[in-house]
Amino acid sequence: MSRFNFVAFLFTLLISCKKEDIKPSEPLPPLSLVNDTSGYIVLSFKNVVGNQDMVLSTQNYVNQNLDTFKVDIYKYYVTNIEFKTADGNVYKEMESYHLINQAETASHTFTVNGVPKGNYTSVTFLIGVDRDRNTSGAQTGALDPANGMFWTWSSGYIMSKLEGTSPQSSDLGKKIIYHIAGFSGVNNVLRSPTLTFTTSAIVSKTQHSKININCDVLEWFKAPNLISFSTLNNVATVSPTAKQIADNYVDMFKVTSIENH
Amino acid sequence: MKRQLFIFSLPFFFISCSVDPEIKPIIPVDNVKEIIPQGWPTPFYNFSNNPITPEKFILGRSLFYETMLSSDNTISCGSCHQQFVAFANADHDLSHGVNGLLGLRNSPALQNLNWNTSFMHDGGVNHIEVLPAAPITNPVEMNESIINVVNKLSQSGKYRELFKKAYGDESVDSKKMFKAIAVFMGTMYSYNSKYDKVKRGEDSFTTSEQSGYNIFIQKCASCHKEPLFSDFEFRNNGLMPSTALRDSGRAHITQDLSDLYKFKTPTLRNIEKTAPYMHDGRMTSLNQVLEHYNSGIVSSPTLDPVLQSGSIALSLQEKTDLLAFLRTLTDETFLTDKRFADPN
Repeated sequence: MSRFNFVAFLFTLLISCKKEDIKPSEPLPPLSLVNDTSGYIVLSFKNVVGNQDMVLSTQNYVNQNLDTFKVDIYKYYVTNIEFKTADGNVYKEMESYHLINQAETASHTFTVNGVPKGNYTSVTFLIGVDRDRNTSGAQTGALDPANGMFWTWSSGYIMSKLEGTSPQSSDLGKKIIYHIAGFSGVNNVLRSPTLTFTTSAIVSKTQHSKININCDVLEWFKAPNLISFSTLNNVATVSPTAKQIADNYVDMFKVTSIENH
Repeated sequence: MKRQLFIFSLPFFFISCSVDPEIKPIIPVDNVKEIIPQGWPTPFYNFSNNPITPEKFILGRSLFYETMLSSDNTISCGSCHQQFVAFANADHDLSHGVNGLLGLRNSPALQNLNWNTSFMHDGGVNHIEVLPAAPITNPVEMNESIINVVNKLSQSGKYRELFKKAYGDESVDSKKMFKAIAVFMGTMYSYNSKYDKVKRGEDSFTTSEQSGYNIFIQKCASCHKEPLFSDFEFRNNGLMPSTALRDSGRAHITQDLSDLYKFKTPTLRNIEKTAPYMHDGRMTSLNQVLEHYNSGIVSSPTLDPVLQSGSIALSLQEKTDLLAFLRTLTDETFLTDKRFADPN
């Protein structure tokens, strides 16, 4: 009996350590960052495929071209974040580099600190990493090449990465691989969407705001350039096709709600 | 009894040696500093964001000669970049990677790298600090991931100690690693060849060397620009493309057909030592190289404009003199500088 209890106790310990069971609590900034003049905004990204939540590796989805596909890897950079108030004041986050990785729940939500108090009506950011950080040597944090988002053979960051499989792919292994990169020139893939809020995001001494954003993968393959997995299933160079996908996904982000707490 | 005690204490002796390895800089490195020789242009890379310290140099040197940077722990940077041949690879046309795999290109010499505006024969790497990431992750070179390298180094007591000495704490990350290697590679200066001494008024050319220098200025210096002996541009120098290697050169990076078969102008410093020659190491002697420009240039749509006439005519005497001049670019001080040698 007591041995059973002990084993049960051990088992409880084990499952409570399982990663999936840890609900990421809303990240709170150091108190010193909330003061008379500034507070913080939480950005929360949810990756979806049309009206379905994204589930890696197991779930089948259908693109605009009616090709079936699964997603194994989905990662993208959100950088150079700027919030704007109705009267035109802009707050730019310092060292604003975030890597959203579908496989790591903790990466989907982060806090922008030091936001001056005010009523914010839009957010603008870069999908990808700016030219400067592509050309200035070794970087750390979200930009660490160890994150697998850096081309070592042709220096530069992969701005966004989607890998998966599709029965329609002409690749022998039925893979679909899209590494979208290129920080300059005619095939520059850096895109900078502005998302306007229907209700203001309020930052004050007593209030902070959480902005919930959906990122819809179907937009990668929809318009203006309809992508068929049978003809385009591997993008791994700075190229017109990479640019086509960037032109497609510039409008993949939608604000779903603003929570003022 | 005594004997038993001795045998018993032996393992402890070994354990205490392996747990706390002694790290001693045998060679003085306190004189490592940034150098811009008189009359040289402003370097593309300076150390303003990566101050040189002896400890960082020692860490960088240790990493340069570290086989843990490869997937099977057999190959270091120094495997294909040997000091006695100006950090090129002696007698190897193509680089040799893990599992006996052959690379696509000849290992280039490493020297005066701070003046390079890009790295690799195709210029694919845009900064000295991220240069090591290319061979580390190339499947036919070191075939390892950056994260694995960082993990391996983190598990090594020797490296935790070296990182602590260089950066104040023993945590390992890729930025610290790359910056330390950049200090080591960026201080590999070659500026004490006979040519340099002549320029400084400390020596003089022989008649043949002087005549070779005159020919060089007239026929070679537009691309192999002094004092670095490269313009760091990409050019198709009229080599027949290899059907076996199918190497598109610069076009691989730019995806632009007008860059087909273009490769970066290599420096000529220490050229006497860095055989074999060309991006694929197809030529074993400088005589062959000169004969290529004299009679071997193959015409193609991307052939460099300066070679459009089809030949840089060189007489036998001119070739002899040119070779005599090229040998004045050998810098024995650099090739034998103990600070750059494998510390292990």
